[in-house]
Amino acid sequence: MIEIRNVSKWYGQTQVLKDCSTHVAKGEVVVVCGPSGSGKSTLIKCVNGLEPFAQGTITVDGISVSDPKTDLPRLRARVGMVFQHFELFPHMSVEQNLVLAQVKVLGRSAEEAVARGAALLDRVGLREHAAKFPGQLSGGQQQRVAIARALAMDPICLLFDEPTSALDPEMIGEVLDVMVELAQEGMTMMCVTHEMGFARKVAKRVVFMDHGEIVEDAPTNAFFDAPASERAKTFLSRILHH
Amino acid sequence: MGEFDFSVWQPSLPFIRDGLLFTLRLTLVAMSGGIVIGTLLALARLSPIVPLARVAGAYVDLMRSIPLVLVILWFFLVIPFITGSPVGAETSAIITFTAFEAAFYCEIMRSGIQSVPRGQVNAAFALGLGQAQTMIHVILPQAVRNMLPVLLTQTIVLFQDTSLVYAIGAKDMLKAADVVGKNYNRPVEMIVLSALIYFTICFSLSLAVKQLQKRVAIIR
Ligand SMILES: Nc1ncnc2c1ncn2[C@@H]1O[C@H](COP(=O)(O)OP(=O)(O)OP(=O)(O)O)[C@@H](O)[C@H]1O
Ligand SMILES: [Mg+2]
Repeated sequence: MIEIRNVSKWYGQTQVLKDCSTHVAKGEVVVVCGPSGSGKSTLIKCVNGLEPFAQGTITVDGISVSDPKTDLPRLRARVGMVFQHFELFPHMSVEQNLVLAQVKVLGRSAEEAVARGAALLDRVGLREHAAKFPGQLSGGQQQRVAIARALAMDPICLLFDEPTSALDPEMIGEVLDVMVELAQEGMTMMCVTHEMGFARKVAKRVVFMDHGEIVEDAPTNAFFDAPASERAKTFLSRILHH
Repeated sequence: MGEFDFSVWQPSLPFIRDGLLFTLRLTLVAMSGGIVIGTLLALARLSPIVPLARVAGAYVDLMRSIPLVLVILWFFLVIPFITGSPVGAETSAIITFTAFEAAFYCEIMRSGIQSVPRGQVNAAFALGLGQAQTMIHVILPQAVRNMLPVLLTQTIVLFQDTSLVYAIGAKDMLKAADVVGKNYNRPVEMIVLSALIYFTICFSLSLAVKQLQKRVAIIR
């Protein structure tokens, strides 16, 4: 589903991605982790073309992201993305947030879009909040709306960039529950996260990045039980001990 | 001149009303036209097409560095050359103010657009929205919302500045007060009246802006 081959990227002189290769097969969950500044966000934003990259190829469902002939908006409409800071549109109600792209991008009728939005709100447990504005919701609720907004496009895969790291600890669970459910239903997901419990539960593989490099790409159990590199060991001991 | 005689206010009212109507029309047209053209200028200034950004920038800088009275006089002389026939002081004033205010609204909209976080653009793109759709549905509404108090304050300034059309003899409220003052030989009383009207309108508007600021602060 997602194929990343030898991707390199520079910001000016500094190389932020170094020859990165990995993949996510259909129905698989892959977790990406690594220290701050290691390039996780940059890599995941390359997958739907939010960030350009200088070398290598990324294909999603066989379509090349960096090919200038690719209709990027159309490809992005099929790839859902959930951000660390939710990025709901603050000037629109929850319902409007869910409806906008369904109507403007997929060409659905307003009724159809509202109905689909309502069904997804229901699914993330927020049916009665449709008329509210994002600012009136808690962080956990906002992130669940953001997931519903991505799902409303009927995506073929979902990208998550640290979906729980801006949340108060008591709200992390409600968001992870939704993500686990999606994973168990067979959604293809690439998740940047440090929630190792989530990784152990649903991830097929864990990708560990450091300094722009993919240092390890291993089956989940192997990664946790016997990380191959010193860097991954250090990272794991730091993250599991706080 | 003797004592003040404010009884002149009574017969002046129909003239003042007509003048005020023109002043309000000038303000509203220049505001809406200025905001529309100003937004387009802001988009041009922020566009990656360098020549376009340069031209828009030059226009804005030019307008912002010339005193308004000069622009009013200059347009009054130049517009007939372009259109081939005289257009009258009122039409000239409307064109001038729209063109002049556009430069100021441009800068307000530009900082409004820049005040919208990059993450919002990413979220819109990630949903498959195109550049124009993102601008129209996501960025501009937030830009206007963030800048609403500044946009309205600029409009209050505009309302006051319209009195400068006096320079080309357009019949705005100040001109009406002036004419009545001369006819009845009561210029001071009429200046006091127009000052009172300007003050009342501007003061209520700025109170309204303050209220609005509070409400916007709650929504966000
Ligand atoms: N717009 C930019 N211009 C220059 N350098 C950037 C830019 N964005 C990111 N970087 C750099 O690229 C590197 C990778 O950043 P990235 O945000 O992908 O890291 P990350 O792994 O997501 O970190 P975090 O865990 O803090 O989110 C960092 O060193 C960062 O400073
Ligand atoms: Mg990041």
